[in-house]
Amino acid sequence: MAMTGVMRPGHVQIRVLDIDEAVSHYRDNLGMIETDRDAEGRVYLKCWDEHDKFSVVLREADEPGMDHMAFKVRAEQDLWRFESDLKKAGCNVERIQTGELSGCGERVRFDTPTGHVFELFATKEVVGNGISTTNPAPWPEGLQGMAAVRFDHCLLYGGDIDGTVKIFTEILEFDLAEQVVDGELQIAAFLSCSTKAHDIAFIRHEEDGKFHHASFLLSTWEQVLKAADIISMRDIPIDIGPTRHGLTRGQTIYFFDPSGNRNEVFCEDSYRYPDSPVLTWTVDHLGQAIFYHSRELNDRFLSVLT
Amino acid sequence: MTYSITIINSEEKYSCEAEQTILNGMVQLGKKGIPVGCKGGGCGICKVAILEGEFSSKKMSRKHISKEEEKQGVVLACRTMPKSDLRLKALGVIKTAILN
Repeated sequence: MAMTGVMRPGHVQIRVLDIDEAVSHYRDNLGMIETDRDAEGRVYLKCWDEHDKFSVVLREADEPGMDHMAFKVRAEQDLWRFESDLKKAGCNVERIQTGELSGCGERVRFDTPTGHVFELFATKEVVGNGISTTNPAPWPEGLQGMAAVRFDHCLLYGGDIDGTVKIFTEILEFDLAEQVVDGELQIAAFLSCSTKAHDIAFIRHEEDGKFHHASFLLSTWEQVLKAADIISMRDIPIDIGPTRHGLTRGQTIYFFDPSGNRNEVFCEDSYRYPDSPVLTWTVDHLGQAIFYHSRELNDRFLSVLT
Repeated sequence: MTYSITIINSEEKYSCEAEQTILNGMVQLGKKGIPVGCKGGGCGICKVAILEGEFSSKKMSRKHISKEEEKQGVVLACRTMPKSDLRLKALGVIKTAILN
């Protein structure tokens, strides 16, 4: 297997105002599976096709938003290599002990110039995806709601995206997959550590440390439409969609969890390889880059953040 | 029970059910006086000052509503239900913030 270093998004820890309402949303609406609760009251969930124990951790707090996003690295030695390089780059770096998150190995936590906290880890308890690894069925029975396949990426907002992009590309070996530019100024950067269209994205914004959305994969456009039906049937606050993004080509719908954190479910976005060209959108096509059909910017989508 | 809500910025009036948030009540009748954000108490866009009337609010992000503000009737419309007719002032601003 050629993939080395950072493999994929591992999990996101999200702050919520009411833990019970939040668990109902992520479990019953997104269709995630609750796998644990810890002494601090945090709740752990995974999407059905994830083998590791959790990809979302919910923590009750006074302010919604993102505590941290964590990436899984291929091997333990990657942790220590990245830890050293992140320190040299001037990030605040600390080690979080094994088991601080239930079932997760030692983590390397670091901050970025956009005011976000990220973590790397190499091991997490494996619970399986509910399907045998011998003669596997295509999907497990008994899935709920939108039946999200996996936690896919986050979009984050902050000021110095140049500095953060530099850390992700030069130290963590992500590739710039797609971008929006205003002349020389990069205003959005979509970064990939894999063959996905993006594993993390940043948009330039006046305030640091902001969380735009956590995104979850579906398989088909029909499943995106079904998600839209569920959003209306259950009176979930909708943001926008179903529609298509120009950026990444994803077919998408956005909505909010009960604490106002934005979620996306999407399908069929593009892919890349290390030799793929960087795709660039110019600011005069920003409307189309974001919403390919309406070609109109939407103030709420751009500025409502937690 | 239905109450009358007045947004003084625009002098818009609409009726709102007791079990409905004052933001959802507004949205359902096509009014636009209070900017609409996440509808979950998280983003702060629908911040209002209640000038007259009784109401109750669910938990709101402390980043946007301090304890002091909450005591003074400054709340998020998406987390607030009317218990009487209300007069309120919209304080939140939605802005396009991508191109700073």
